[in-house]
Formats: sequence, structure tokens, C-alpha cells
Amino acid sequence: MEFSVNHWIIYLIVALIICAVTAQAVFFMIRALKRAKKINMPKEKIKKAILSSVIFTIAPAISIIVCVMTLSHSLGIPLPWYRLSVVGSLSYETIAAQNALSGMGMTLGSGTALNASQFVTILLVMTISIMAGMLLVPLIGKKLQKGMISLGNKDKNWRDIFQNSLFIGMISAFLGFVFCDFSAVFSGGTWALVPVLVMLSSAVMMLICGLLRSITKWRWINDYALPISMIFGMAMAIPLTSWLGTMPVAQAVTAVACLF
Amino acid sequence: MKKERTYLEQVHVDGAIWNYTMAGVFLLFPLILCILFNAVPDWNGLIKGLIATLPMYWAVGIIEVITYVPMLGAGGSYLSFVTGNISNLKLPCALEVLENSGYKSNSEEGEIISTISIAVSSIVTVIIIVIGVILLVPLEPVLNTPALQPAFDQLLPALFGALGVVFISKNWKIAIAPIILMLILFIAIPALNSGTVGIMVPVSALFTIGVSRIMYKKGLLAEKNNKETKTEE
Repeated sequence: MEFSVNHWIIYLIVALIICAVTAQAVFFMIRALKRAKKINMPKEKIKKAILSSVIFTIAPAISIIVCVMTLSHSLGIPLPWYRLSVVGSLSYETIAAQNALSGMGMTLGSGTALNASQFVTILLVMTISIMAGMLLVPLIGKKLQKGMISLGNKDKNWRDIFQNSLFIGMISAFLGFVFCDFSAVFSGGTWALVPVLVMLSSAVMMLICGLLRSITKWRWINDYALPISMIFGMAMAIPLTSWLGTMPVAQAVTAVACLF
Repeated sequence: MKKERTYLEQVHVDGAIWNYTMAGVFLLFPLILCILFNAVPDWNGLIKGLIATLPMYWAVGIIEVITYVPMLGAGGSYLSFVTGNISNLKLPCALEVLENSGYKSNSEEGEIISTISIAVSSIVTVIIIVIGVILLVPLEPVLNTPALQPAFDQLLPALFGALGVVFISKNWKIAIAPIILMLILFIAIPALNSGTVGIMVPVSALFTIGVSRIMYKKGLLAEKNNKETKTEE
């Protein structure tokens, strides 16, 4: 069989694997829905949770398609489709592919057509390198959960603060990341203000939604506030970028949207 | 008589089966390609590639598990570490839905809502990517339009700006110190960028827990949480 990075059989295998991953999601969803019914959770809350999750996912998922396109120029379509549908991300996969190619004396994006051996080598480096999380969760996930439960049994207040601190810690790191190029502003790089202003636009829209919610008492605003604010922030990036300019290394910026 | 498993215990059993099975499936894929195309991996390239990639990725993977599992819940963790895109999609999605539901993340209801949210998000992501792949040729000129590119480039600032308002407004006392620290670090150290933010998440989380513990011990956080506890009762 003659190899091609876009061979139909690779598409077929990738489609089957993605079906298996989706089956896992469906399995857990059905299990959770059954449990929700058993403990009499309000149907309305479950419906809302499903709807909010669907709406929230649309914009980030479209940005993943952009990442598939970016990688497809070097690796064909099925491999990026597979890697970005399971476990991976643009930054992870690009680095793994580059390291594998570099080990074979090649460079990503050089335009050289890959043979089967090179393709399999890249796939193995990508797969093995990123397996830590999925293998470790069954090993230590239960212990971590038990730790949280025993923490709650000892001191309920501290457990809640501990949990909130984890959330705030993660959000703080990403808010800091928004400012990672900010020092360029001092040397005239106004483009470094774009992510900061986008973040502020999105935050202001979230505040407006909150204000509308409390004035009008429309509870449905809660379900749409985050996607509305996020899409508003992303939309604001377009005029802001044309006003303030773009980062000199455009590829690095693209990677940001697909991190993890 | 065999003791019946609780919902959470069953989630851990099923999760372990699913994750190990999927790990096997993922490893089988390159093996099948080797057989079908009569190819062998470039061993030299493979070893060099793994030496350059594996230590860093596994270190980050271990840190991610410790940091994200308490936030994602059991079912959400098993799913998220197979479907990926955790910090830019699954975790914010679960946090937002949980926040709107009014359930605590460490309650059984919270565990259920988080699992449903991550499962739905995973299914929708797969569907959207499949549509994207099918329409890749006609969609490419649209999604690669230079005019739209800045919007996709700024997904994370837009996401965390809005999410920050929700969580910081409710925990502003806890948020001050880590935000200041992260701003200083990210502005002052050029090496901290899109590639290293993942490593900074546990650093920030540990720092926040430490500061919160000190504030809690000094009674600076007790009032709000006591009120919350009374409300629950």
C-alpha cells in the first residue's frame, strides 16, 4: 500500500478512534444523568448545564479547527484532526512533531513529503510524550479526591477556601500570561496592549451582563454571559489589532490560542 | 455479601478501565500503520524525539493531574485527560456551568454537573472539528482570513477576562496576592510566555493556597465562609 499523509485508511482509523473517545464521553454523560435522576436533581438545572456547555464550547472549538489547519500544511489532515481531538493541543503537538523531525534531521514546515516511517515516528513521539495525564488519573485521581473529602471532614470552611484558591490560582496565572508581552509597550510595541484590552473588553461585557441580570432579573443571562463576553472580547481584537498592530512573530501568537 | 459501590467509586472503576483502554488504542494506532504500510519507526529519530519531549511533557502532565483533578471532579478528570484542551476549554466550561448551577464543586451534585458539562463539551468539540475537517477546503479561506485571525489569536485573554470577573468578584480577598505576583512575574521575566503558562498554573495555585491559609488562620477569610456555611445549613 502506497503511503500518503492523507491516505483514506488513516482517515478511517482516526475516525474510529475519535468515535471511541466520544463513546467514553457519552458513557460518562449517561451515567451522570442517571445518577442526577436518582438523587432527584432538578431537570431544569441539568438542561441548563447541557445548553450552557454547548454554547460555551462553540468558539474554542472553532479555534481548534484553525489549529488543525495550521498543522495540516506539514502533517496532512488526519493526524492533526486526531491529535487535536484527543489529549493534544497545537503547542504540544507542534513541539513533539518538531522534536521527532529534528531527531531524523528534518524540520517542520520544510515542505518535504513525509514517508510512512517518519510519519509513524512523529505519531509515536506525540502519543507517548503526552500520555502522563491519562495514565496518572486512574492511579492518583482517587487519592486526590479522597484527600479533598477528608479535608472537608476536618474543616469545611478551609476546604471551600482551598477549592476557591485553586480556581483563583489558575485564573491568576492566565491573567498574568495576558501581560507576558506587556514590557514591549515601554519600547513602543503598542501591539502588546491588544491582549490586555481584549481581556478588559471581555471583563467589562461580563460586568454589563451581571448588571443587566440584577436590573432585569432575567436569569437566562447567566447562561449566556460568558460566551457573549468571550465572543465580544474576540470581536474587539479585530479593530484593536488593526489600530495597535500585531506581534512581530505571528506564528507565536497563533500558538497562544491553542495552548493546552 | 459484596458491598455495592457508590456512584463515585463506580466512576473511578469505569474511568480507569476507559483511560487504560484508550491509552492502549492510542498506542495501537502507530502499530497498525506500521503493519499496513510495511514501515518501521526511525528508531534513532524516535529516541532523540522522546528524549527531547518526554521528560518535560511528563513533568507537566504530573503537575496538571495534581492541579486539575480537584477542580474537575472524578468523572470530569477521566474525560478531560483523554479528550484534552483542558485549560482553554474543559475546565473553564465546567467552572462556569458549576457556578451557574449553584452547586459546590465538592458535592455529589457538583460532581454530576461537572461530568455532564465536560462530556457535552467533548462531544460538541468532536462534532465541530468533524464539520471543520469535512469543510476544511471551503472553510480555509474564511477561517484563515487575515481580518478574523486576531479574534482567534485572542481567545485566552477574552476567556479569562470574563471568567476572572466571575471568580475574582466572589473571592477578591484571595485573588489580590496571586494576581499581583503573576503580573510581576509575567511582565518581568521574558521566558514566561504561552509555552510556560501551564507550568505557572500550579505555582500560582500553590502560592494562592499558601496565602489563603495564612489569611484564614488570621481570621481574614472566616467571616464570608461562615456566612456561606450558615446559608447551606
